[in-house]
Order: sequence, then structure tokens, then C-alpha cells
Amino acid sequence: MLVNQFLFLGAILFCIGVYGVLARRNAVLLLMSIELILNSVNINLVAFGALWHANDPSNLSGQVFALFVIAIAAAEVGVGLAIVLMLYRTRRSIDVSEVDLMKG
Amino acid sequence: MIGVGRVLAADLLVAQNIAFYLIAVGMVIAAVRVVTVKNMVHAALWLVLVLGGIAAQFILLAAEFIAITQVLVYIGAIIVLFLFGIMLTRAPMDRSPDLDHPKQARVVGAAIGLVLLAVMGYALWDGFEDRQFGQILVQRTAQVSDSIFSTYLLPFEVVSVLLLAALIGAIVLARRD
Repeated sequence: MLVNQFLFLGAILFCIGVYGVLARRNAVLLLMSIELILNSVNINLVAFGALWHANDPSNLSGQVFALFVIAIAAAEVGVGLAIVLMLYRTRRSIDVSEVDLMKG
Repeated sequence: MIGVGRVLAADLLVAQNIAFYLIAVGMVIAAVRVVTVKNMVHAALWLVLVLGGIAAQFILLAAEFIAITQVLVYIGAIIVLFLFGIMLTRAPMDRSPDLDHPKQARVVGAAIGLVLLAVMGYALWDGFEDRQFGQILVQRTAQVSDSIFSTYLLPFEVVSVLLLAALIGAIVLARRD
């Protein structure tokens, strides 16, 4: 298998996630797009990890970093959804284009 | 015997490639549905398909522990959190028209995505061209744990503290008072 197969899959998913962040207005769907981006990065990390591991079997840095990314993504979703719930409670809407209190 | 082994290895490689492309096409279609579909619950369910496909790609890369973690954490926990979020914000369960920005903003978003894809595709092809993986060895769970608890012990502890902080932060934010 080519290394680039996995890297291109990661790049395509990343770009779809970026489109989602720019095009969606609903805060929960925005968080889902961010999950797409984080997962595409994980594909890259694990692919590079497999490449390194084939040369040096004691090196598993790629997988360990992917695990850290998963842990941080879980924390991000937890805090993000708490913020979305607060937003809904105060404004009865989770449309991010209406959250413009700090706009100059 | 060596000849037989070589044929089997080549067959396995063809099977891996076919599996990769089938799963990859399914994942890209599902990802596009996640960012375009008009029903929030359907978006979460399409996201399940993308995340499951990523777990399958990890299996193809012989990374067993992270594939199982992906299923446990993402499909098991994060999707349920998303569905909770959708239901707690009383989103309509059927099609809703106001999930996206207006058309011109979406066109700009698509253009930015395509430019990004072109730049990344050029950089990746420039850097790796047709480099092969060679023999992908199974990365065993015991080796991963050895690596986490020796080389990466300090970052692991920092991530633990970060998770605790995020937990407390989420409780404080979501508490009704």
C-alpha cells in the first residue's frame, strides 16, 4: 500500500470538515465538523506511526499521539456541548450567527 | 514454498488495497453527507459511518489498540453525547431549513476547502510520491502501553489532568443555578 493513500484520505476528510465549519450555522453540527477534522489528523498520525514502526519496531509514537488526540477531542466535545447547552438556555437558539455580542 | 508465500503476500496486498478503496469511498460519501444533510439526527448517524470507517482503516494499518479505542470512545461515547446535545437543544427531528449559512457563504466555504485540498495534495505528492509502506508489522497493545508509560509518561499525566479540568469545567458550565 502507498503511504499517500492514507494521507490523501486524511486530506480529503480534513477539507470536508473545514467546509462544514464554514458552511454550518448550527453549533452542534459545527462540533461534528470539528470531529471530522480531528479524525482526519488521526489517520495521518497512525499512517506515519505504521511507517516508522516498520523501520524501528520499538517506535510507536504515531499511535501514542493519536491516543492523545482522541483524549483531547473527548474533552473538547464535553466542554463544547456544555457551552452549546448554556447558549440554548440563555438564547433559546444555537444559531452561531446570532452570537455576536463581542462583534465591534 | 517461498514462491507460494510471495503469491499469498501479493494477494493479501491486493485485498488490502480493495478494502482500503471501498472503505475510503464510503467514508468520503458519508463525510459529505455529514456536512450537507438537512436533518441533524441523520448527520450524527452519518458521522457514525465515517468514524467506523476510520476504525477499519486503523485495522488495515495493523494498529489494533487505537482501532478499538476509536470504536469505544467515538462511536460509544461521543456520538451519544452528540445525540444528547441534539435532543437537549430541542432540535426538530425532521428536516430543518436553517442549519446552513446562505448560499454565497457556502460557495466561499467550498472554494476554501478545494484550495486547501489542492495545496495539501500538491505538498503530499511532492513529499511522498509513490512511497510504499513495505511490511506493516502488527503494533501490539503491550508495545503501545510500554511506550505510553515510559517515553510519554509526563504527557500522559498532563492529559489526565486536562481531562479532569474539562470534566469540572463542563459540570460548572452546564449546572443549573
